[in-house]
Amino acid sequence: MPWPAAVTDLEQLKSHPAVARLLEWNPAVVTAVKYDRNEMTISVDRTNIREACALLRDDPGCVFNFLSDVTCVDWFPAEPRFEVIYHLLSIPKKERVRLKVHLDSASPALDSLTSLWPGANYFEREVFDLFGIRFTGHPYLRRLLMPEDWQGHPLRKDYPVEGYR
Amino acid sequence: MILNMGPQHPSTHGVLRVLLEIDGETIVRIMPDIGFLHTGIEKTCEAKFYQQVVPLTDRIDYLCPMTNNLCYVLAVEKLLGLEIPPKAQWMRVLMNELTRINSHLVWLGTHAMDIGALTVFLYCFREREEVLKMFEMISGQRMMTSYFRIGGVALEPPLGFFDRVRKFVSTFQSKVDEYENLLTGNPIFMMRTQGVAKLSAEDAIALGASGPTLRGSGVDIDLRRDMPYSSYEKFKFKVPLAQEGDVFARYMCRVRELRESNEIARQALDGMPEGPIKADAPGIVMPDREKMKTQMEALIYHFKIITEGFAVPPGEVYQAVESPRGEMGYYIVSDGTAKPYRVHMRAACLANLQTLPTMCEGGLIADVVAAIGSIDIVLGEIDR
Repeated sequence: MPWPAAVTDLEQLKSHPAVARLLEWNPAVVTAVKYDRNEMTISVDRTNIREACALLRDDPGCVFNFLSDVTCVDWFPAEPRFEVIYHLLSIPKKERVRLKVHLDSASPALDSLTSLWPGANYFEREVFDLFGIRFTGHPYLRRLLMPEDWQGHPLRKDYPVEGYR
Repeated sequence: MILNMGPQHPSTHGVLRVLLEIDGETIVRIMPDIGFLHTGIEKTCEAKFYQQVVPLTDRIDYLCPMTNNLCYVLAVEKLLGLEIPPKAQWMRVLMNELTRINSHLVWLGTHAMDIGALTVFLYCFREREEVLKMFEMISGQRMMTSYFRIGGVALEPPLGFFDRVRKFVSTFQSKVDEYENLLTGNPIFMMRTQGVAKLSAEDAIALGASGPTLRGSGVDIDLRRDMPYSSYEKFKFKVPLAQEGDVFARYMCRVRELRESNEIARQALDGMPEGPIKADAPGIVMPDREKMKTQMEALIYHFKIITEGFAVPPGEVYQAVESPRGEMGYYIVSDGTAKPYRVHMRAACLANLQTLPTMCEGGLIADVVAAIGSIDIVLGEIDR
């Protein structure tokens, strides 16, 4: 049974608690929304990601209090090249939401979430290690999986699968 | 003084290196160092067809291969919008719970051995051997099973398989009693675990812990019950909780989970529906061998799946399942071709490992071993 087409119209999705809360705070934060395959995706302006997450975490109507995952997708050679993706889970409401930040290749940097969730530490280090995204305000932004002296960021699309020879 | 523990240390269950800054016997600071087992599985996945990724997922967490298989195939099926026949779903639940038993038995044996109770290891591996034999019977492999396929499961269970599982689940509760006789209430074990490596509920949530590490601190969440997948909503089971947040609480959670898993497996056996084990989706699901000998279409589909894979509609999904260690999640991005554009694995252990400093700082060196054992890390999953 194929899925219905994705809904990307902000007007239709305004009632979702997370979207509503973000719009109420600052309408410029939400740059795009998508509801596809029963999953909600909110694209957030890059400068406001930390505040947006803090808002969703502390708001009694949303309570997205658990940071499940941070990861990244490289859309090389398109621009903006990187999408940093946050999966939030609400333990009391048993709901998920996905936040997205688009970054161009010239300055792939955004705020760290470690001050909100200390658990973002390893996730952000992994994204830094494998994609070269910089998280400002991270307490210990060093390579996590690759050796310290490794050249390049292996999960970028312009990095060959077999590595540089 | 800085003390180096690992990467070759028997109690780190693989290749975990931990740097300890100590003052006498007390730990001032502790820093895990990981990455020794990094193989770039996420990068490899991008170069494979969707169906070729399944065997890679086994190798992430070699103690619960079926859970990883399940999480991956569920994510791809969600991308495709495939409907899975009931028998395949039931088989998946049954195999998943056996996997959980397998994984928890290895944890229990090694954890008890780390803190000095050697006997339990032999008891646990006695039952684990039986589970591995059942895996071998159904998939041909003891550990890297790759039994689940996109659209169903690989094979019909062989004759005698259900009888063997039934025999196992009917005696397993008494085996858990045996382990508990050796550990729960044993004064030495209690002294090594009670009040050791405490983790509060707030810290556990903030640090991203999940699974028994989180439930041992009193946070009531289990994805099988709260966000059911693969027909888990049709099974009755309790979610073990403990409030203390110490090593013993996490131990109790996992031991009770052993019993609950056994009950779920029994329900799956009792209610096993009849019918096909693969979805009716030609071009995605491999055709039967018999059909290939008589029908040209089946042969063509087989050839096409092997040589060019199948296209998956563009989109992105995040699918999480409750693995023995916590929330195992797959984030898959499809660009409409036959190869995944991006596969990301949310490893439960990676987040759970971050709780180690909170648990250990201010404690004793000897308790580090108990703490590492109690979060049940598998380095293959952490490093991927």
